[in-house]
Amino acid sequence: MQTFFQQVINGLSLGSIYALLALGYTMVYGIIKLINFAHGDIYMIGAFWGYYVINQYHVDFGVALVSAMAVSAILGMVIEYLAYRPLRHSPRITALITAIGVSYFLENGMSFLFGANTRNFPQVIGQARYTFFGVTITNIQLLIVAVALVLMVGLQLIVQHTRMGTAMRAVAVDQEAAELVGIDPNHIISFTFGLGSALAGAAGVLIGLYYNSIDPLMGMVPGIKAFVAAVVGGIGSIPGAAIGGFLIGLLETFVQAIGLSAYKDAAVYIVLIIILIVLPAGLLGKNVKEKV
Amino acid sequence: MQAKWKAALIWLVLAVAGFYLINELIVVGVINAFIENMLVTIGINIILATGLNLIIGFSGQFSLGHAGFMAIGAYATAIITQQISNTLGFYLSLGVGMVIAMLVAVVIGIPTLRLRGDYLAIATMGAAEIIRVVINNLKITNGAAGMYNIPALANWPTVYVFVCLTTLMIVNFARSRAGRAIQAIREDEIAAEAVGINPTKWKLAAFVMGAATAAIGGSLHAVYIQTIAPSDFGIMQSISLLIIVVLGGVGSITGTFVAAIVLGVLDTALQQFGALRMVIYALALILIMVFKPSGLLGRYEVSIKGLLERKGGHHGTTDSHEVE
Repeated sequence: MQTFFQQVINGLSLGSIYALLALGYTMVYGIIKLINFAHGDIYMIGAFWGYYVINQYHVDFGVALVSAMAVSAILGMVIEYLAYRPLRHSPRITALITAIGVSYFLENGMSFLFGANTRNFPQVIGQARYTFFGVTITNIQLLIVAVALVLMVGLQLIVQHTRMGTAMRAVAVDQEAAELVGIDPNHIISFTFGLGSALAGAAGVLIGLYYNSIDPLMGMVPGIKAFVAAVVGGIGSIPGAAIGGFLIGLLETFVQAIGLSAYKDAAVYIVLIIILIVLPAGLLGKNVKEKV
Repeated sequence: MQAKWKAALIWLVLAVAGFYLINELIVVGVINAFIENMLVTIGINIILATGLNLIIGFSGQFSLGHAGFMAIGAYATAIITQQISNTLGFYLSLGVGMVIAMLVAVVIGIPTLRLRGDYLAIATMGAAEIIRVVINNLKITNGAAGMYNIPALANWPTVYVFVCLTTLMIVNFARSRAGRAIQAIREDEIAAEAVGINPTKWKLAAFVMGAATAAIGGSLHAVYIQTIAPSDFGIMQSISLLIIVVLGGVGSITGTFVAAIVLGVLDTALQQFGALRMVIYALALILIMVFKPSGLLGRYEVSIKGLLERKGGHHGTTDSHEVE
C-alpha cells in the first residue's frame, strides 16, 4: 500500500508536467486545428532560460519561473506570427509540416549555439523530504503539483471569466462568426499561443528542477506524450487536458513500478488507441456527428 | 497503336535508358561511391514515400506510422538473411516482410481507420511506436543494440528496379477502379458510401498496400546499410517520409520523386556544414512550406499518355480516363 501511494505521488508530479504541456496543445488545436509540434521545444527553451538566469544572475526560483514564462510566451507568439500566420488558409498538413520544421529549427539551433550535451540544472531550492506514513514526498514534488494547479486554475479563470477568454472560445467555435461580432482572430490566436507557451515554459523550469538535467532534445518525447494526453482528455477541452496529463503520468509511473519500464511508452500508446476507439472524441471532448 | 500502350512503351524505354545512363556515369567515374550512396538513399526514400503518398494523398488517410512497417520489412530481412545469406534468402525475406507488414496493417487498420484526420495520425503513430517497442524488447531482434553484419545483398541496380516496380504498382493501383474508389472516399466519404463504395474496405486496401511498399523499402534499407537498430524506425523516420510527401505535393507521385531527390541532394550538399546542417534544413523546410503551401508540384503528374493525346489531337481527356 505504501508503494502504491508512493507511485501515486511520483505519477502526479510527472503528470503535472504533462498536464501543463497538454494545455498548450489543446488550446492551440482547439482554436486553429494545428498539432503544434514545436510546443515541446518551447518547453525546452523555458528550461534553458531558467538555467541561464539562475546561473548568470543568481535569481531565485520565482523570478526564474516567471521570466521563463514571459520569454516562452513571446517566443510562442513570434513563432505563430512568422511561421503559422502565413499558412492560416493553407491545407492543414502544410501547417503541420511547418510546425515540424520549427521544431527541428529550435532543437538544432539550440544544439548549434549551446552544444548538444546534457547539463545540470542549478538546484536553487534545497531538497527536503517529508515522510507521512512511510510515503516520502519531496518539497520539489509539492512545488510542481502546487504550481501546476495554480496555473491551471488561473488559466481556467482567464478562459471562462475574462473578455479575452470569451473571445478565445468564440474563435474556437466559429472563426467567421467571431470576426462578424468584432473579434480579431489573429489577435486572439496570438494570445492563445502566448498563454500555451507560458505554461510550457513553466513546465520546462519545473522539470529542470525535478530531474536536474536538461538538453536541447528534451522536448521531443514529453511533447508527444503531452499531445497524447490532450487527445485522451478530449482535444479542445481544458479540464480534459489536465485530466489526460495526470492520467498519462500515473500510467507511466505504474507501468514502470510493476517492472515493465521497457514497455512504458507502448502502454501509453495502447491506452491512447483504446480510448480513441471507444471514445473517439476523448474523455471530455464533444462528439460531433457528421452530417451529409 | 493505342495511346496507353505507346505511353507504357515510352516509360519502359525511359526506365531502361535511365538505368544505362547511371551505369555509364558510374563507369566513367562521374558518379563516385559518395553520389551512388546518395542515389540509393533517394531510391529507398522514393519507395517508402510513394507508398505513404498512396495512403495520405490518394485515400486521404493521415498515417504517421510508416516507419513501423518499414521496421517490419527491415527486421524480416535481417533475421532471415542471417540464416540464408544469399540472394534467394533476400527475396524470401522480402516476401515474408511484406506479408507480415500487410497482416499487421490489417490488424492496425481495422480499428484505427475509423478515426479521422489528426486522430488517425496520432493512433497510427502510436501503433508504429508499439511495433518499435516490441522489436526493442525481443530476443530474436537483438533488442536495442540492433542487428549488424547484414549481408550486402542489394546494390543500386536492385534498388533501381524496385523503384520502378513499386512506382508502377502504385500508379496502376491509383488509376484502377480501386484507385478511383479510394479517391472518391477521400473527396467525400458519405457520398462515396451512397454510391456503393465500402469505405472501410478500400481505405484498408490502400493502407495495406502502403504497408507492403514500406516493408520493401525497409528490406532494401537493411541489406544496403547493413546495420539496423530500433531507433532508426522511430517517429522521426515517419515524419521525414511525411515531409517528402507533403513537400512534393500530396497526391502527386511525380512530386514525391522530385521532393525525394531535392531533399536527398540538399542533405548531401549540407554535409559540409556540420552542426549547422539541420538548422539550414529546417529553415529550408519552413520557407518552402510558407511560400509554396501546396508542395513543389501540387497535384501535377507527368503523363506521357496525356502528352501523346494532346499531340495526336484526341479530344482532351485527362489521363485517368480509359481511351477506347
